Amino acid sequence: MHELGIAQEVVGIVAEASRGARVTRIVLEVGRLAAVLPDALRFCFDMATEGTVAEGAELEIVEIPGLATCRACGGSVTLDRPFGRCVCGGSDLEWLSGEELRIREMEVA
Amino acid sequence: MCATCGCSGTIDGLEPHHHPHPHEHDHPHDHAGSTVRLERDVLAKNDRLAERNRGWFAGRDVLALNLVSSPGAGKTTLLERTIRDLGGEVRVSVIEGDQETAHDAERISAAGSRAVQINTGKVCHLDATMVAQALVELDPAPGSLLVIENVGNLVCPALFDLGEAARVVVTSVPEGDDKPIKYPYMFRGSHVMLLNKIDLLPYVRFDVDRCLAYAREVNPHLAIFQVSATRGDGLQAWYGWLRGRLAVRGPFAPSAVH
Repeated sequence: MHELGIAQEVVGIVAEASRGARVTRIVLEVGRLAAVLPDALRFCFDMATEGTVAEGAELEIVEIPGLATCRACGGSVTLDRPFGRCVCGGSDLEWLSGEELRIREMEVA
Repeated sequence: MCATCGCSGTIDGLEPHHHPHPHEHDHPHDHAGSTVRLERDVLAKNDRLAERNRGWFAGRDVLALNLVSSPGAGKTTLLERTIRDLGGEVRVSVIEGDQETAHDAERISAAGSRAVQINTGKVCHLDATMVAQALVELDPAPGSLLVIENVGNLVCPALFDLGEAARVVVTSVPEGDDKPIKYPYMFRGSHVMLLNKIDLLPYVRFDVDRCLAYAREVNPHLAIFQVSATRGDGLQAWYGWLRGRLAVRGPFAPSAVH
Protein backbone atom coordinates (compact mmCIF):
# COMPACT_ATOMS: atom_id res chain seq x y z
CA MET A 1 0.00 0.00 0.00
CA HIS A 2 2.65 2.53 -1.02
CA GLU A 3 -0.11 4.78 -2.36
CA LEU A 4 -0.58 6.33 1.09
CA GLY A 5 3.08 7.32 1.19
CA ILE A 6 2.78 8.71 -2.32
CA ALA A 7 -0.35 10.68 -1.43
CA GLN A 8 1.51 12.12 1.58
CA GLU A 9 4.42 13.05 -0.67
CA VAL A 10 2.02 14.81 -3.06
CA VAL A 11 0.48 16.75 -0.18
CA GLY A 12 3.93 17.69 1.11
CA ILE A 13 5.00 19.05 -2.27
CA VAL A 14 1.85 21.12 -2.89
CA ALA A 15 1.79 22.41 0.69
CA GLU A 16 5.33 23.68 0.29
CA ALA A 17 4.62 25.21 -3.11
CA SER A 18 1.36 26.88 -2.04
CA ARG A 19 3.10 28.83 0.75
CA GLY A 20 0.16 28.63 3.07
CA ALA A 21 -2.58 29.28 0.49
CA ARG A 22 -5.46 26.81 0.41
CA VAL A 23 -5.07 24.22 -2.36
CA THR A 24 -8.39 23.48 -4.08
CA ARG A 25 -7.36 21.18 -6.91
CA ILE A 26 -4.38 18.98 -7.79
CA VAL A 27 -3.71 17.52 -11.22
CA LEU A 28 -1.54 14.41 -11.06
CA GLU A 29 -0.10 12.52 -14.02
CA VAL A 30 0.07 8.76 -13.40
CA GLY A 31 1.61 6.54 -16.07
CA ARG A 32 0.08 3.17 -16.85
CA LEU A 33 3.46 1.58 -16.02
CA ALA A 34 4.08 3.54 -12.81
CA ALA A 35 3.15 0.72 -10.37
CA VAL A 36 0.65 3.06 -8.76
CA LEU A 37 -3.08 2.37 -8.73
CA PRO A 38 -5.14 5.53 -9.34
CA ASP A 39 -8.06 4.14 -7.31
CA ALA A 40 -5.84 3.35 -4.34
CA LEU A 41 -4.31 6.81 -4.62
CA ARG A 42 -7.77 8.44 -4.56
CA PHE A 43 -8.65 6.29 -1.56
CA CYS A 44 -5.60 7.54 0.34
CA PHE A 45 -5.83 11.14 -0.80
CA ASP A 46 -8.50 12.34 1.64
CA MET A 47 -6.63 10.73 4.51
CA ALA A 48 -3.36 12.37 3.47
CA THR A 49 -4.88 15.85 3.03
CA GLU A 50 -6.74 15.91 6.34
CA GLY A 51 -5.63 18.84 8.45
CA THR A 52 -3.42 20.29 5.68
CA VAL A 53 -3.80 23.24 3.27
CA ALA A 54 -5.06 20.69 0.70
CA GLU A 55 -7.92 19.39 2.83
CA GLY A 56 -11.02 19.10 0.65
CA ALA A 57 -9.03 19.60 -2.57
CA GLU A 58 -10.17 17.89 -5.74
CA LEU A 59 -7.74 15.28 -7.11
CA GLU A 60 -7.66 14.91 -10.88
CA ILE A 61 -5.62 11.99 -12.19
CA VAL A 62 -4.47 12.07 -15.81
CA GLU A 63 -3.40 8.60 -16.96
CA ILE A 64 -0.44 8.52 -19.34
CA PRO A 65 -0.28 5.55 -21.76
CA GLY A 66 2.67 3.17 -21.82
CA LEU A 67 4.83 3.36 -24.94
CA ALA A 68 7.99 1.45 -25.72
CA THR A 69 10.49 0.77 -28.48
CA CYS A 70 11.56 -2.78 -29.31
CA ARG A 71 15.34 -3.08 -28.91
CA ALA A 72 15.40 -5.89 -31.48
CA CYS A 73 13.65 -4.24 -34.44
CA GLY A 74 13.01 -0.64 -33.39
CA GLY A 75 9.24 -1.03 -33.66
CA SER A 76 6.78 0.84 -31.43
CA VAL A 77 4.87 -1.09 -28.77
CA THR A 78 1.94 0.09 -26.66
CA LEU A 79 1.95 -1.31 -23.13
CA ASP A 80 -0.81 -1.35 -20.52
CA ARG A 81 1.18 -3.61 -18.17
CA PRO A 82 4.89 -3.69 -17.41
CA PHE A 83 5.81 -6.32 -19.99
CA GLY A 84 4.80 -7.25 -23.47
CA ARG A 85 5.95 -8.30 -26.89
CA CYS A 86 6.67 -6.52 -30.10
CA VAL A 87 5.09 -7.91 -33.29
CA CYS A 88 8.60 -9.21 -34.15
CA GLY A 89 8.49 -11.39 -31.00
CA GLY A 90 11.00 -9.31 -29.04
CA SER A 91 10.37 -8.73 -25.34
CA ASP A 92 13.38 -6.47 -24.70
CA LEU A 93 11.58 -3.15 -24.66
CA GLU A 94 12.83 0.33 -23.90
CA TRP A 95 10.09 2.26 -22.14
CA LEU A 96 9.47 5.72 -23.54
CA SER A 97 6.49 6.80 -21.48
CA GLY A 98 4.12 5.44 -18.89
CA GLU A 99 6.30 5.67 -15.76
CA GLU A 100 5.18 9.21 -14.92
CA LEU A 101 4.24 10.05 -11.37
CA ARG A 102 4.20 13.81 -11.54
CA ILE A 103 2.21 16.72 -10.15
CA ARG A 104 1.29 18.74 -13.22
CA GLU A 105 -0.40 21.68 -11.52
CA MET A 106 -2.48 22.85 -8.61
CA GLU A 107 -5.15 25.44 -8.06
CA VAL A 108 -4.90 27.68 -5.02
CA ALA A 109 -7.71 29.77 -3.54
CA MET B 1 -13.62 20.70 -40.03
CA CYS B 2 -14.53 21.82 -36.54
CA ALA B 3 -11.40 22.22 -34.42
CA THR B 4 -13.29 21.50 -31.21
CA CYS B 5 -14.80 18.16 -32.00
CA GLY B 6 -13.44 17.09 -35.36
CA CYS B 7 -16.92 16.87 -36.93
CA SER B 8 -17.00 17.49 -40.64
CA GLY B 9 -20.33 19.25 -41.01
CA THR B 10 -21.77 22.54 -39.93
CA ILE B 11 -24.88 23.22 -37.90
CA ASP B 12 -27.33 25.62 -39.53
CA GLY B 13 -24.56 26.57 -41.91
CA LEU B 14 -22.62 28.34 -39.18
CA GLU B 15 -18.82 28.08 -39.00
CA PRO B 16 -17.65 28.15 -36.22
CA HIS B 17 -20.71 26.61 -34.75
CA HIS B 18 -22.15 25.94 -31.33
CA HIS B 19 -22.28 22.47 -29.71
CA PRO B 20 -25.03 22.07 -27.14
CA HIS B 21 -23.66 20.26 -24.06
CA PRO B 22 -25.54 17.86 -21.81
CA HIS B 23 -23.69 19.10 -18.73
CA GLU B 24 -23.77 22.25 -16.65
CA HIS B 25 -20.81 24.55 -16.44
CA ASP B 26 -20.96 25.48 -12.78
CA HIS B 27 -18.44 23.69 -10.55
CA PRO B 28 -18.49 23.05 -6.82
CA HIS B 29 -15.19 24.94 -6.53
CA ASP B 30 -14.63 28.55 -7.45
CA HIS B 31 -12.19 29.70 -10.07
CA ALA B 32 -11.24 32.87 -8.26
CA GLY B 33 -7.89 31.31 -7.34
CA SER B 34 -4.97 30.75 -9.63
CA THR B 35 -3.47 27.72 -11.30
CA VAL B 36 0.16 27.00 -10.45
CA ARG B 37 2.15 24.87 -12.88
CA LEU B 38 4.33 22.49 -10.85
CA GLU B 39 5.67 19.67 -13.09
CA ARG B 40 7.20 17.98 -10.04
CA ASP B 41 8.06 14.29 -9.83
CA VAL B 42 6.42 12.87 -6.74
CA LEU B 43 9.35 10.60 -5.89
CA ALA B 44 11.99 13.24 -6.64
CA LYS B 45 12.93 13.65 -2.98
CA ASN B 46 13.58 9.93 -2.53
CA ASP B 47 15.48 9.80 -5.83
CA ARG B 48 17.68 12.71 -4.77
CA LEU B 49 18.46 11.10 -1.43
CA ALA B 50 19.15 7.79 -3.17
CA GLU B 51 21.68 9.54 -5.41
CA ARG B 52 23.31 10.98 -2.31
CA ASN B 53 23.56 7.46 -0.84
CA ARG B 54 25.00 6.23 -4.13
CA GLY B 55 27.67 8.90 -3.97
CA TRP B 56 28.42 7.98 -0.36
CA PHE B 57 28.89 4.32 -1.37
CA ALA B 58 31.10 5.24 -4.31
CA GLY B 59 33.24 7.50 -2.13
CA ARG B 60 33.88 4.63 0.27
CA ASP B 61 34.13 1.96 -2.38
CA VAL B 62 31.23 0.08 -0.77
CA LEU B 63 29.20 -2.33 -2.92
CA ALA B 64 25.58 -1.87 -1.84
CA LEU B 65 22.88 -4.39 -2.76
CA ASN B 66 19.13 -4.07 -2.24
CA LEU B 67 17.85 -7.55 -1.38
CA VAL B 68 14.11 -7.97 -1.96
CA SER B 69 11.56 -10.80 -1.92
CA SER B 70 8.21 -11.79 -0.53
CA PRO B 71 8.18 -12.71 3.18
CA GLY B 72 9.72 -16.13 3.79
CA ALA B 73 11.58 -16.55 0.50
CA GLY B 74 14.83 -17.03 2.38
CA LYS B 75 16.62 -13.66 2.22
CA THR B 76 18.01 -13.87 5.74
CA THR B 77 19.05 -17.51 5.44
CA LEU B 78 20.81 -16.68 2.15
CA LEU B 79 22.58 -13.79 3.84
CA GLU B 80 23.66 -15.89 6.84
CA ARG B 81 25.13 -18.47 4.51
CA THR B 82 26.80 -15.86 2.30
CA ILE B 83 28.36 -14.16 5.33
CA ARG B 84 29.69 -17.50 6.64
CA ASP B 85 31.09 -18.52 3.25
CA LEU B 86 32.54 -15.17 2.12
CA GLY B 87 33.31 -13.58 5.47
CA GLY B 88 36.99 -14.44 5.07
CA GLU B 89 37.19 -12.59 1.73
CA VAL B 90 35.19 -9.43 2.24
CA ARG B 91 33.71 -7.55 5.16
CA VAL B 92 29.95 -7.69 5.06
CA SER B 93 27.50 -5.47 6.90
CA VAL B 94 23.72 -5.51 6.74
CA ILE B 95 20.81 -3.11 7.07
CA GLU B 96 17.73 -5.11 8.06
CA GLY B 97 14.28 -3.77 7.24
CA ASP B 98 11.21 -5.26 8.89
CA GLN B 99 7.96 -3.83 10.14
CA GLU B 100 8.71 -5.13 13.66
CA THR B 101 11.29 -7.09 15.71
CA ALA B 102 15.08 -7.28 15.61
CA HIS B 103 15.07 -11.02 14.88
CA ASP B 104 16.86 -10.71 11.55
CA ALA B 105 19.57 -8.35 12.83
CA GLU B 106 20.22 -10.83 15.65
CA ARG B 107 20.58 -13.66 13.13
CA ILE B 108 23.01 -11.62 11.04
CA SER B 109 25.07 -10.71 14.11
CA ALA B 110 25.19 -14.38 15.08
CA ALA B 111 26.48 -15.18 11.58
CA GLY B 112 29.36 -12.79 12.18
CA SER B 113 28.42 -9.50 10.52
CA ARG B 114 27.52 -6.07 11.80
CA ALA B 115 23.85 -5.27 11.37
CA VAL B 116 21.47 -2.41 11.99
CA GLN B 117 17.76 -3.12 12.26
CA ILE B 118 15.22 -0.64 10.90
CA ASN B 119 11.64 -1.15 12.03
CA THR B 120 9.41 0.54 9.51
CA GLY B 121 6.24 0.24 11.62
CA LYS B 122 3.32 0.81 9.30
CA VAL B 123 5.50 1.44 6.27
CA CYS B 124 5.78 -1.40 3.76
CA HIS B 125 9.21 -0.61 2.28
CA LEU B 126 12.56 1.00 3.02
CA ASP B 127 13.28 4.39 1.50
CA ALA B 128 16.49 6.31 0.87
CA THR B 129 16.11 8.41 4.03
CA MET B 130 15.89 5.35 6.28
CA VAL B 131 19.00 3.91 4.65
CA ALA B 132 20.90 7.20 5.06
CA GLN B 133 20.04 7.22 8.77
CA ALA B 134 21.08 3.59 9.21
CA LEU B 135 24.42 4.30 7.48
CA VAL B 136 25.34 6.79 10.21
CA GLU B 137 25.06 4.03 12.81
CA LEU B 138 26.37 1.15 10.72
CA ASP B 139 29.32 3.02 9.19
CA PRO B 140 30.33 0.25 6.74
CA ALA B 141 34.06 -0.16 6.22
CA PRO B 142 35.68 1.08 3.00
CA GLY B 143 35.84 -1.67 0.38
CA SER B 144 33.12 -3.73 2.08
CA LEU B 145 29.88 -5.29 0.93
CA LEU B 146 26.67 -3.78 2.29
CA VAL B 147 23.45 -5.71 1.90
CA ILE B 148 20.19 -3.86 2.52
CA GLU B 149 17.58 -6.49 3.28
CA ASN B 150 14.31 -4.81 2.39
CA VAL B 151 10.90 -5.44 3.94
CA GLY B 152 9.45 -8.73 2.64
CA ASN B 153 7.13 -7.40 -0.03
CA LEU B 154 7.20 -7.82 -3.81
CA VAL B 155 5.16 -4.69 -4.52
CA CYS B 156 6.06 -1.48 -2.70
CA PRO B 157 9.89 -1.66 -2.49
CA ALA B 158 9.97 -1.70 -6.31
CA LEU B 159 9.31 2.05 -6.37
CA PHE B 160 11.98 3.21 -3.97
CA ASP B 161 15.58 3.58 -5.07
CA LEU B 162 17.88 3.27 -2.07
CA GLY B 163 21.09 4.19 -3.88
CA GLU B 164 22.15 0.57 -4.35
CA ALA B 165 24.48 -0.65 -7.10
CA ALA B 166 22.18 -3.58 -7.90
CA ARG B 167 18.88 -5.02 -6.79
CA VAL B 168 18.75 -8.74 -6.07
CA VAL B 169 15.33 -10.41 -5.97
CA VAL B 170 14.87 -13.77 -4.26
CA THR B 171 11.93 -15.99 -5.17
CA SER B 172 11.48 -19.50 -3.86
CA VAL B 173 10.04 -22.80 -5.02
CA PRO B 174 7.11 -23.03 -2.53
CA GLU B 175 5.83 -19.62 -3.69
CA GLY B 176 4.93 -20.94 -7.12
CA ASP B 177 6.51 -20.55 -10.54
CA ASP B 178 4.54 -17.50 -11.69
CA LYS B 179 5.85 -14.89 -9.22
CA PRO B 180 7.90 -13.00 -11.86
CA ILE B 181 4.84 -12.34 -14.02
CA LYS B 182 2.55 -11.66 -11.04
CA TYR B 183 4.89 -9.03 -9.61
CA PRO B 184 6.54 -7.77 -12.79
CA TYR B 185 7.72 -4.38 -11.49
CA MET B 186 9.97 -5.96 -8.92
CA PHE B 187 11.52 -8.41 -11.40
CA ARG B 188 11.84 -5.81 -14.13
CA GLY B 189 13.82 -3.48 -11.87
CA SER B 190 16.17 -6.16 -10.54
CA HIS B 191 19.61 -7.16 -11.82
CA VAL B 192 19.78 -10.62 -10.28
CA MET B 193 17.14 -13.24 -9.52
CA LEU B 194 17.92 -16.02 -7.09
CA LEU B 195 15.51 -18.95 -7.33
CA ASN B 196 15.86 -20.30 -3.82
CA LYS B 197 14.86 -23.57 -2.10
CA ILE B 198 15.49 -25.74 -5.17
CA ASP B 199 16.07 -28.61 -2.72
CA LEU B 200 12.27 -28.66 -2.37
CA LEU B 201 11.64 -29.24 -6.11
CA PRO B 202 10.92 -32.99 -5.64
CA TYR B 203 8.11 -32.17 -3.19
CA VAL B 204 6.43 -29.14 -4.73
CA ARG B 205 4.68 -28.65 -8.07
CA PHE B 206 6.96 -26.07 -9.65
CA ASP B 207 7.96 -25.73 -13.32
CA VAL B 208 11.48 -24.26 -13.34
CA ASP B 209 11.43 -23.61 -17.10
CA ARG B 210 8.14 -21.75 -16.84
CA CYS B 211 9.43 -19.63 -13.95
CA LEU B 212 12.58 -18.70 -15.89
CA ALA B 213 10.58 -17.95 -19.04
CA TYR B 214 8.31 -15.58 -17.10
CA ALA B 215 11.33 -13.90 -15.53
CA ARG B 216 13.00 -13.41 -18.92
CA GLU B 217 9.81 -12.10 -20.47
CA VAL B 218 9.59 -9.41 -17.82
CA ASN B 219 13.33 -8.72 -17.79
CA PRO B 220 15.55 -10.21 -20.52
CA HIS B 221 18.66 -8.87 -18.74
CA LEU B 222 18.22 -10.70 -15.41
CA ALA B 223 21.15 -12.79 -14.18
CA ILE B 224 19.49 -15.90 -12.76
CA PHE B 225 20.92 -18.38 -10.25
CA GLN B 226 19.14 -21.46 -8.92
CA VAL B 227 20.18 -22.04 -5.33
CA SER B 228 19.39 -23.69 -2.04
CA ALA B 229 20.58 -21.45 0.78
CA THR B 230 20.18 -24.29 3.29
CA ARG B 231 21.79 -27.13 1.33
CA GLY B 232 24.26 -25.01 -0.61
CA ASP B 233 23.29 -25.88 -4.20
CA GLY B 234 24.23 -23.24 -6.77
CA LEU B 235 25.75 -20.85 -4.28
CA GLN B 236 29.17 -20.85 -5.99
CA ALA B 237 27.59 -19.19 -9.04
CA TRP B 238 26.01 -16.52 -6.82
CA TYR B 239 29.34 -15.96 -5.07
CA GLY B 240 30.98 -15.73 -8.48
CA TRP B 241 28.62 -12.92 -9.42
CA LEU B 242 29.34 -11.17 -6.11
CA ARG B 243 33.10 -11.53 -6.57
CA GLY B 244 32.79 -10.11 -10.07
CA ARG B 245 30.93 -7.06 -8.80
CA LEU B 246 33.37 -6.59 -5.93
CA ALA B 247 36.33 -6.81 -8.32
CA VAL B 248 35.20 -4.04 -10.65
CA ARG B 249 34.84 -1.41 -7.95
CA GLY B 250 37.41 0.92 -6.56
CA PRO B 251 39.55 3.74 -7.89
CA PHE B 252 42.05 1.36 -9.49
CA ALA B 253 39.51 -0.85 -11.22
CA PRO B 254 39.35 -0.38 -14.99
CA SER B 255 35.58 0.22 -14.99
CA ALA B 256 35.88 3.01 -12.47
CA VAL B 257 38.57 4.90 -14.40
CA HIS B 258 36.27 6.14 -17.14
